Amino acid sequence: MIGGGPAGLAAALKAWDEGIRDIYLIERDMELGGILPQCIHDGFGAIIFKESLTGPEYAQRYIDMLAKTEVKIKLNTMVLDITPEKKVTAVNSEDGILEIDAKAIILAMGCRERTRFQIMIPGDRPAGIFTAGTAQRFVNIEGYLPGKKIVIVGSGDVGLIMARRFILEGAKVEGVYEIMPYPGGLNRNVVQCLQDYDIPLHLSHTVVEIKGKKRVEGATVAEVDEHMKPIKGTERFVSCDTIILAIGLIPENELSKRSGIQMDDTRGGPTVNEWMETSIPGVFACGNVVHVHDLVDYVTESAETAGISAARYIKRELERREKPIKIELGRNVRYAVPQLISEKRLKGKIRFYLRVRNPERKVEIKALARQDKVFVKKFRIVRPSEMIRLEIPTENLSKAEEYCQLRFEVEGEQT
Amino acid sequence: MKKKHYFTCIVCPVGCQIELVEEEGRIVEVIGGECKLGEEYARKEFTNPERVLTTTVQVEGGALPVLPVRTEKPISKKLIKSCMKKLAEVIVKAPIKCGEVVYANILDTGVNIIASRDLPAKEDKLLK
Repeated sequence: MIGGGPAGLAAALKAWDEGIRDIYLIERDMELGGILPQCIHDGFGAIIFKESLTGPEYAQRYIDMLAKTEVKIKLNTMVLDITPEKKVTAVNSEDGILEIDAKAIILAMGCRERTRFQIMIPGDRPAGIFTAGTAQRFVNIEGYLPGKKIVIVGSGDVGLIMARRFILEGAKVEGVYEIMPYPGGLNRNVVQCLQDYDIPLHLSHTVVEIKGKKRVEGATVAEVDEHMKPIKGTERFVSCDTIILAIGLIPENELSKRSGIQMDDTRGGPTVNEWMETSIPGVFACGNVVHVHDLVDYVTESAETAGISAARYIKRELERREKPIKIELGRNVRYAVPQLISEKRLKGKIRFYLRVRNPERKVEIKALARQDKVFVKKFRIVRPSEMIRLEIPTENLSKAEEYCQLRFEVEGEQT
Repeated sequence: MKKKHYFTCIVCPVGCQIELVEEEGRIVEVIGGECKLGEEYARKEFTNPERVLTTTVQVEGGALPVLPVRTEKPISKKLIKSCMKKLAEVIVKAPIKCGEVVYANILDTGVNIIASRDLPAKEDKLLK
């Protein structure tokens, strides 16, 4: 297991439950839980535990369950390399170089925040520019407040949550500037983090320049047009000492790419089948390393699938179709996970995670095998920020099995 | 005099804009919700909105300098600020177990503030 966040924890537990007894869980941080220990707000676990837990509490449940197993945990340990032959090379200051010949590998490295340089904000390079997650770590783990007068760029969930956190700790939040015409984060966070504290959300706005010599002195913001280009004459200067970037997350796949695993360009994670297996047989991936989830519950869900599948792989129980069913993306579908269905004898249901490109209402999500509609589900609204989860009964998939193809289409009205 | 209040419902992802009309504190009308839950949500938000407060308190002798904590149950939204002020004075001693009460009956609400993680003492390894 590479990574000890929610994905690695759940995958390790499931593999253990399936009877696998020689498991290493390798984590580069000093403790388990991944990003959860710094996500001190509540709202985690609503689906799995039917209660609203904080991030540390959610992690604690899995850490406690893992403590009852004999999974070997390696903290402060960095994985340097994995090979297609499933050799894992890792390093820490106790063991030196560790080489593990694995029968199966589960990638659970999570995701990483996008930075200023990925959206190219022009201007000075003073101190006081942080990603939302870095600021969150400072405030919630290290006990420092990174600034007193804050501008937030982007309206991803971590940014919204940090806006509230800054206010509670006595800082002033000047506003949240989002380049899209709709918020990047969940509705719940817009209401409970911004509206509750009267923090202005400026949609279709961006930062066009950062100013400051040693420390941030302010940001020039501007309205953008429908092509997301700043509109001349709308620029205004906002004085602040800190700029927080909440501009999205990307799966962290340096290891996967180096090992030659096939990647999916629509979301920056490995191509996987319904077992969460990558293009290298016996190498699985789950959680945010595959695609960025908005709820940890679904990270856990995908990790459990990966854990069970890895165990089945080791026990030689996975039976493959001659030719996998390929998943294709139709109208308004940004991505779908999995991209392949590999199981020879399909039974039960197949779970899909989808994300749309544009928000729409009165929506029908259809699955088609060539021209045949094999599955439909209705949604009142779909948004890019909210992942869609579908379960398709395998008895609906006989045509897809025949054609080795299944296509998703989202059809709705503009919001 | 009638007064209008606006709420974005958070019960489901639709996020209905709900308009609540009030006259001297009495709810006259709730409109705009696509379903019944939206009306209930707006009524509750108008009469007594509640939130779970999550924050950190200072730790003495701990493996980390701050401990994440939460209200055991939701508290009135109006009390959040004074609650934060109270908790700014709190310093807890490590080790602490997840769920342990770090401040009982805050502001006479009957609600306890509890730790949301295990926090070992400084000399212990963070996690075995």
